[in-house]
Amino acid sequence: MKIGVFVCHCGSNIAGTVDVASVAEQARNLPNVAFSTDTMYTCSEPGQDEIVQAIKEHGLDGVVVASCTPRMHEPTFRKTVERAGLNRYMFEMANIREHVSWIGKDKEANTRKALDLVSMAVAKLANDRVLTPSKFDINKRVLVIGGGVAGIQAALDCADGGLEVVLVEKTSTIGGKMAKLDKTFPTIDCSSCILGPKMVDVAQHPNITLYACSEVGDISGYVGNFNVSITKKATYVDWDACTGCGQCTEKCPSKKATDHFNEEIGTTTAINIPFPQAIPKKASIDPEFCIKLTKGKCGVCEKVCPTQAIRYDQQDEKVEEAVGAIIVATGYDLFDWTRYGEYGGGRYPDVITSLQYERLLSASGPTGGHVTRPSDGKEPETVVFIQCVGSRDKSVDRPYCSGFCCMYTAKQAILTKDHMPESQSYVFYMDIRAPGKMYDEFTRRAMEEYGTKYIRGRVAMIYPKGDKYVVRGSDTLLGTQVEVEADLVVLAVGAEAAKGAPQLAEKLRISYDSYGFYMESHIKLRPVETNTAGVYLAGSCQGPKDIPASVAQGSAAASKVQNLFSRDQLESDPQISQVDIKRCIGCGKCIQTCPFGAIEEMDFRGATKAHVIETVCQGCGICTSTCPQGAIQLQHFTDNQILAEVNALCQPTTILNYE
Amino acid sequence: MSADNNTELRIVGFLCNWCSYGGADTAGVGRFQQPTDLRIIRVPCSGRIDPLFVLKSLVNGADGVLVSGCHPRDCHYSEGNFYARRRLEMLKRFLPILGIDERRFEYTWVSASEGQKWKTVVQTFTEHIHELGPAPKLDASLLKKAEALNLTQAA
Repeated sequence: MKIGVFVCHCGSNIAGTVDVASVAEQARNLPNVAFSTDTMYTCSEPGQDEIVQAIKEHGLDGVVVASCTPRMHEPTFRKTVERAGLNRYMFEMANIREHVSWIGKDKEANTRKALDLVSMAVAKLANDRVLTPSKFDINKRVLVIGGGVAGIQAALDCADGGLEVVLVEKTSTIGGKMAKLDKTFPTIDCSSCILGPKMVDVAQHPNITLYACSEVGDISGYVGNFNVSITKKATYVDWDACTGCGQCTEKCPSKKATDHFNEEIGTTTAINIPFPQAIPKKASIDPEFCIKLTKGKCGVCEKVCPTQAIRYDQQDEKVEEAVGAIIVATGYDLFDWTRYGEYGGGRYPDVITSLQYERLLSASGPTGGHVTRPSDGKEPETVVFIQCVGSRDKSVDRPYCSGFCCMYTAKQAILTKDHMPESQSYVFYMDIRAPGKMYDEFTRRAMEEYGTKYIRGRVAMIYPKGDKYVVRGSDTLLGTQVEVEADLVVLAVGAEAAKGAPQLAEKLRISYDSYGFYMESHIKLRPVETNTAGVYLAGSCQGPKDIPASVAQGSAAASKVQNLFSRDQLESDPQISQVDIKRCIGCGKCIQTCPFGAIEEMDFRGATKAHVIETVCQGCGICTSTCPQGAIQLQHFTDNQILAEVNALCQPTTILNYE
Repeated sequence: MSADNNTELRIVGFLCNWCSYGGADTAGVGRFQQPTDLRIIRVPCSGRIDPLFVLKSLVNGADGVLVSGCHPRDCHYSEGNFYARRRLEMLKRFLPILGIDERRFEYTWVSASEGQKWKTVVQTFTEHIHELGPAPKLDASLLKKAEALNLTQAA
């Protein structure tokens, strides 16, 4: 076998701390190596051409590239060797950047390590076999999880492109966090005026099936053919019959139900429609507060409903959907600000969150857009905004910046002045982060045109004084202490991963970071893809994002799905298990351990043998380590291939002589 | 073998492609400096790791073996790391029976985002192996001893 080795300088990224020329030279002495060289940028066009040339010139059967992580450029170089007529699996990579040059400064040690990694790759390549993918059909339907603005955008883009979309939303209406906002920055556009039409489009689109009040259960299958079970939670109302007339909500005697939509500012009725523009505009009963469901008596809604839609005995229902791709747009939740004891920890009624304030500002909110204090209903004269509550704070394990709080605080300060011209707003901030189009201008307007007083510093404590609150903090620019007597304090709470995000990630088999935000495939180059083929991300589930960024990601994810579905068939990964019929004893252990049910029993001339279902096998290799006979082997990661790497690394120092 | 036995020991790592291998990449991207003793072999899942690989490494002269996979419940293949945990725990208890110091083998869970944790794992394990020193190698005197033992038993 003739192997070619290409050691990449990666500019100075590798060459800076690894003697690449020496690695290339020593690699020439490795078994099977027929050609070896070092190149400046192997992934560049001339670098790739050099590989193609060398394969043709030296008649190479396989190529080893020692450069960056295979998670980055393995697909690139596989295409390169394919261009030169080799099978794409006759290629191995040695990761001498992330695993060598970037983590050590000792050039000698690094060079030794790089050579070791190259010799392991060469040893494995000598055991590699030609693999050919087979093809399978795609189910061109897409599941969108989450009906916030990112999910709505993704669903509409897919549906407009002719794809069938299944949109699953946990709450009883789509719209997400954006539906709760009064206005949006930096244009002071009415939030529901720009989101509302999109929500209606979702409801009316012939290609979109909307499941509200529903959650995704088990997910099985693989790219092109996922099977998803969806639980439609009981709403105690037959939504096919409900017209959303609202008579039930007017008559419902249980008026103390938690108002989730209004962020618990005030209460609502046990049977309710969250807000006038809700999609679907259907009533649902909160079983915790319904008198009929808790005490067995009442039944007022059933009596007044003109379409007899009330079903007190409704149960959760399960539906199965088959899709080919999944877009995850599950958004974020607000940081639990009651963890800040110095801000009252939830004990002061007039210290509220920014989203609660948004509901107070909104014309469709509990006060009809008239800003009043939750404690006594008085109009506040002095409003203090405190930024970075649960952002950039290691003490509460939220060291990241939530990104949009600076902007919405400026917006709320402007709106406060609009609503109450006599009022005065103060903003305590750490830094102003306004790096978007028209964003910095917007925060300046809040200061200069609207007279908002910005104080750079943290707030140390808030305490009540009469019917006011004293906000005591520091002004780090003046180096003084400040005290502001406020009628209302608004905390700019940061974003954190949605509750249940890790559990969903486990079902989808995607990764998440230590805060619960989903991991993209590559932070810069593959921002909406995950490492699980066919699963894409949109919006704040990947990290805090404002509306424009969420919409952009929704569209990006949709275009990725369109791209995936532009073919009728997909190539399956040939790195799957294969059974050696002669070795298989039909014990069935592989069938028991396979997490995907990809192995079945087969009759072979009267004997029971294992058989791998090609399209179902995901290539984990659990069966290979289970098989007592070594009969089932994961292609490209066979026992022999991995042991070849081990042997390249560890050889017995003493040759045993038993003469 | 090109390891310099004065400063470096031979440590073999078996890492799951989806989590720990990515975590090691993340550590690299973050330029988290680590000892250079470890050489990493990439496998698709910690469940793919046959205890034989670990044994073969240790028998053939590795001074330490480190296995790392996805956190339990967070397996890319839903349950591969549970199989791994069971097998590797078994292996750990079996090593002393073979006359191998079980402290030379360790397994851990590191996700793709945990670059800092990976650095700590590598540092701690490498220090630990250096404390144990190079693994005893079969040399002429040991062989003679074995032969003598063999003779006495035969007699």
